[in-house]
Amino acid sequence: MRLNLMEAAGLLMVVSLVLAALFAPLIAPHDPVRAVAPTFGNPGPPSAAFPLGTDQLGRDVLSRIIFGARVSLAVGVAAMVVTVAIGVTIGLLAGFFGGSIDFVLMRFTDVMLTLPALLLAMALVAVLRPSLLNILIVIGLVSWTGVARVVRAETLSLAQRDFVVAARTLGAPSGRLIVRHILPNVLPTIVVMGVLGTSGTLLLDAGLSFLGLGVPPPTPSWGRMVEEATTYFRTAPWLALFPGLAIFYAVLAFNLLGYGYLRRRGRSRAPGATI
Amino acid sequence: MLGYVVRRIIFGVFVLAGTSLITFSLAFVVPGDPAVAMAGAKADPQTLSLIRSQLGLDQPIYVQYLRYLGRAIRGDLGRSYIRRENVTRLILERFPATLILAVTAMVLALVLALLMGVLSAAYHDRATDRLLLFVSLTLISLPVFWLGTVMLIGAAATLRSFPLGGFDGWRSLILPALTLALGLAGYYARILHTNLTEAMEQDYVRTARSKGLSWLGALFKHALANAVLPLVTLAGLDLAGLLSGVVLTETVFDWPGIGRLAFDAIFNLDIPLIMGTVLFAAFLIVVANLVVDLLYAWLDPRIALDKGQ
Repeated sequence: MRLNLMEAAGLLMVVSLVLAALFAPLIAPHDPVRAVAPTFGNPGPPSAAFPLGTDQLGRDVLSRIIFGARVSLAVGVAAMVVTVAIGVTIGLLAGFFGGSIDFVLMRFTDVMLTLPALLLAMALVAVLRPSLLNILIVIGLVSWTGVARVVRAETLSLAQRDFVVAARTLGAPSGRLIVRHILPNVLPTIVVMGVLGTSGTLLLDAGLSFLGLGVPPPTPSWGRMVEEATTYFRTAPWLALFPGLAIFYAVLAFNLLGYGYLRRRGRSRAPGATI
Repeated sequence: MLGYVVRRIIFGVFVLAGTSLITFSLAFVVPGDPAVAMAGAKADPQTLSLIRSQLGLDQPIYVQYLRYLGRAIRGDLGRSYIRRENVTRLILERFPATLILAVTAMVLALVLALLMGVLSAAYHDRATDRLLLFVSLTLISLPVFWLGTVMLIGAAATLRSFPLGGFDGWRSLILPALTLALGLAGYYARILHTNLTEAMEQDYVRTARSKGLSWLGALFKHALANAVLPLVTLAGLDLAGLLSGVVLTETVFDWPGIGRLAFDAIFNLDIPLIMGTVLFAAFLIVVANLVVDLLYAWLDPRIALDKGQ
C-alpha cells in the first residue's frame, strides 16, 4: 500500500499528536497547571525559558498545549467512537430489516438532522454538567446521523447481493448475517467516516470548550485557552494564537488522512457528504 | 408535481412534530423546578403551587405537551424565565442581526467557492488544483472561533478605529461575515470541483466539445449549471443553519444575534428560551428543506417524477 503525500502528512501529524499526548510529562518543559513564570497577573511574552509565553496565571503555554493534546485527542476520538457506534447500529438495523424498522429509524434520523447540533450539544452539556464522559456522549448523540444514512444505504445494497442471499438461504440467522457478512463489507466506509468524523468531533469539542462547556479546569484544553486569551487580545496576542494553531493542526491532520485516502481511491467525495 | 409538493409538506410537518417532542423533553432533563426558577428559592409553597397551576405544570405530561404544541403552532413559545418576556418576541428582535450576517456570509462563501471551484477544475490534477485543494482543507480545518479571534487581533493591530465588535454599520459586518464564509467556501469549493470534473466527463459535454466548443466554453455553457445544482440544496440548508444562530462567531464578535440569545439562555438554564431557540432553528431548517426540495424539483423535473423517494 503506497500512501500519497496527503495521507503520509496526515498520518505523521496524527502520530505526532498521539506521541505528544502519551509522553506529555516527558516532553513538556514545565508543570501545565502550576504558576512557573515570575510574572503574575499578566501574560508573559515568548522567551527562552517559555517558548510560547506564559498565561495570565503564570503558567507555561507550551506545556499546557502539550498536555491539552491529551484531553482533545481523548474527547475527539472517543466522541467519534460513540458517533460511529450509534450511527452504524442504526444504519445496519434500518438497512438490513427494512420495512417499518427502517421507516421508524430513518424518520428519527430526519428529526435529529433537523436539530442544530451545536445548540443541542450546548443545551445538553449545560444541563448534564460538563464532564469528560458527558461531553463525549453528547457530541456522539448530536453527530451520528450522517454515519447512519451512509451505512443504511450500503447495507441496503449489500443485503441483496448474492453472497448474503446465499447465506440467508442456507439458514444463517440475521445476527450472523449482519456481523459476518455485511459489517465487514461496510467497514472501509466506516473507517473513512470515522477518520473524517474525528475532525468534526475535535472542532465541536473545541467549540464547546471555547464557550465554557468543555472539560472543567484545571485540565488544560485548547478551546478554553483561546477563550481565556481573548481578554488579552490587544496586550498579549500570542496567547490566543498558539492553542488555536494546535486545534487547527489536529483537525487538519485527520482531514488530510481522510481526504488523502479518498483521493488515492479516486473518490474526491466524502461518504455521507450531502449530494 | 402536486403530489410531490404535498408529500414534502406532510414530511416537513411530521419532522417538526418530532423536533417539538424532543425540545419539549429537554425541559424534563433539566434538574430543578421551573416554579422555583421563576419565583426564587425563598418563595412560599402557596406561591409555588399557584405558579405551577398557572403554567399548567400540575397537568399530566401529554396534556402539557399538547398545550405546548398548540401554543407553538400559534407562534407563542412561552415566556422567558429570566428576561420575563415573550420568547417569540425575543427571537424576532434578534433575527435581523443574524439574518444580515448569515446572508452576507453565504453570498461571500458562494462567490469564493465558485472562483476556487472553477479554477481548480480548469487546472484539474495540476499544481493550481493541488494548491487549491490544500487551501480548501486548511479553510475547512480552521476552528471558526479562533479564526475570528485572529481577525480581531489583526484588525486591532493594524487598523485604527475599525469596529471590533457589536453590530454598528456595514464595516462591523466585514470580519464576522468573512470568518463565517471562509470555512463554508473551502467546503463548497471541494464539492464544486468534484461536480465540475464529473460533469466535464459526461457525454453531453463530450458532444459539445466534439462540435468545436472550447473547454472553458463547455464548462460555462453546459457543465456549470449541472455542477451548481447540488450546491443549491447544500447552501439552502446551511443558510437555514446559520440563520438559527451562529453561536461561536456571534460570541467572538459580540454580535447581537440569535446565537448569543441561545448562548445566554443556555447559561441561565432559561428553559422556555432554550426550547424556543432550538424549535425556531428546526422550523427554519424544515422550511429551508421544503423550499430547496421544491426549487430543486422545479429546476430538475426528473426529481418529482421519482416516486421512489
